Amino acid sequence: MISSGYFLKGFKSVRSADSPAIALGCSFLAIGALLKNIGFNFQQSFFSTFFTYALPGQLVMAESFLIGASLINIFVGVWLVNARLFPMAVSMFPLLKAKNQPKWKYYLSCHFLAVSSWLIMKKDYRTIHEDYRIDFWMGIGTATWSIAIFSTVLGFLVSDYLSKDMMIGLAIVNPVYFFCMLLGSMKNIVIGASVILGTILGPVFYLVSPEWCILYGGVTAGVIAFLVGEFNE
Amino acid sequence: MSSLSSNIILVIAVTSIATYLSRSLGVLFSERIDENSKIFRLFDCIAYSTLAALISKVVVFPAGDLVEANIFIRLLVVFLCVSVFLVAKRNLVYPTVLSAILLTVLIKFL
Repeated sequence: MISSGYFLKGFKSVRSADSPAIALGCSFLAIGALLKNIGFNFQQSFFSTFFTYALPGQLVMAESFLIGASLINIFVGVWLVNARLFPMAVSMFPLLKAKNQPKWKYYLSCHFLAVSSWLIMKKDYRTIHEDYRIDFWMGIGTATWSIAIFSTVLGFLVSDYLSKDMMIGLAIVNPVYFFCMLLGSMKNIVIGASVILGTILGPVFYLVSPEWCILYGGVTAGVIAFLVGEFNE
Repeated sequence: MSSLSSNIILVIAVTSIATYLSRSLGVLFSERIDENSKIFRLFDCIAYSTLAALISKVVVFPAGDLVEANIFIRLLVVFLCVSVFLVAKRNLVYPTVLSAILLTVLIKFL
């Protein structure tokens, strides 16, 4: 079963000085208010974050729902914007492998994969014994997921008190926080090149294809950064 | 149950499935990948660059409420907050809190 010691250690990691709690809270507060404004009720807002837990995807869902897009269009739009979760999973789960751990933990806990939890895990995994990294990860994921759900509910409840200017102010918190965290993770030339090239190529590819720009920009930048690393070895 | 309500439930279901698909396929694919292999390093680069692409796209070409703030104000806020992050020994609380206050004040008075 789950090692409670490592689970709690992961759960408590959101209390650190570089915790994503504030950024996550602000972002999902805004999502909760947005969902109420577009006609979701309390339970629907709660379950949206409970089952999806991916901010850009939920934004796409809300916007698509507003314009009356078909379910297929919503599926494709959300899948495209959340496709980043695939390389994030591939670059993290090999670090959590342990022979004594059951597979269900990996397929259940992948639901917790988000930028915040991923960056914490990538920063801290070396400090955790290989056999218990999955339990530590489940702790991190449960904590960040709970913050997101709680903030969505709070945003739904206080939406009438949030002015338009405040909603705009909340929307910048997430990109600023994650940009700072990405800068903090640039510990070698390969990761540095990945972040810098991705930052430039994302908006550049938007001019070519707004729907595919994150994938095109991310994959192109990632491949170039990887080759930079290979030639520097 | 009204048709709007059942529509919303379907929309939540479709969104959740589309999101879980990327996560679970990533886990499935990673079962055959060794953390010291080249393919792992390639995916590590792509993960970081895709995140960076997403974040810069959100700032430069946003969706939702952020559209209503001028792009120069958005970029100014990000620049100032990143500067604070670097000056304040990489403390994440100051730039995070400052970003919301700064943007709210700037769009009100500029």
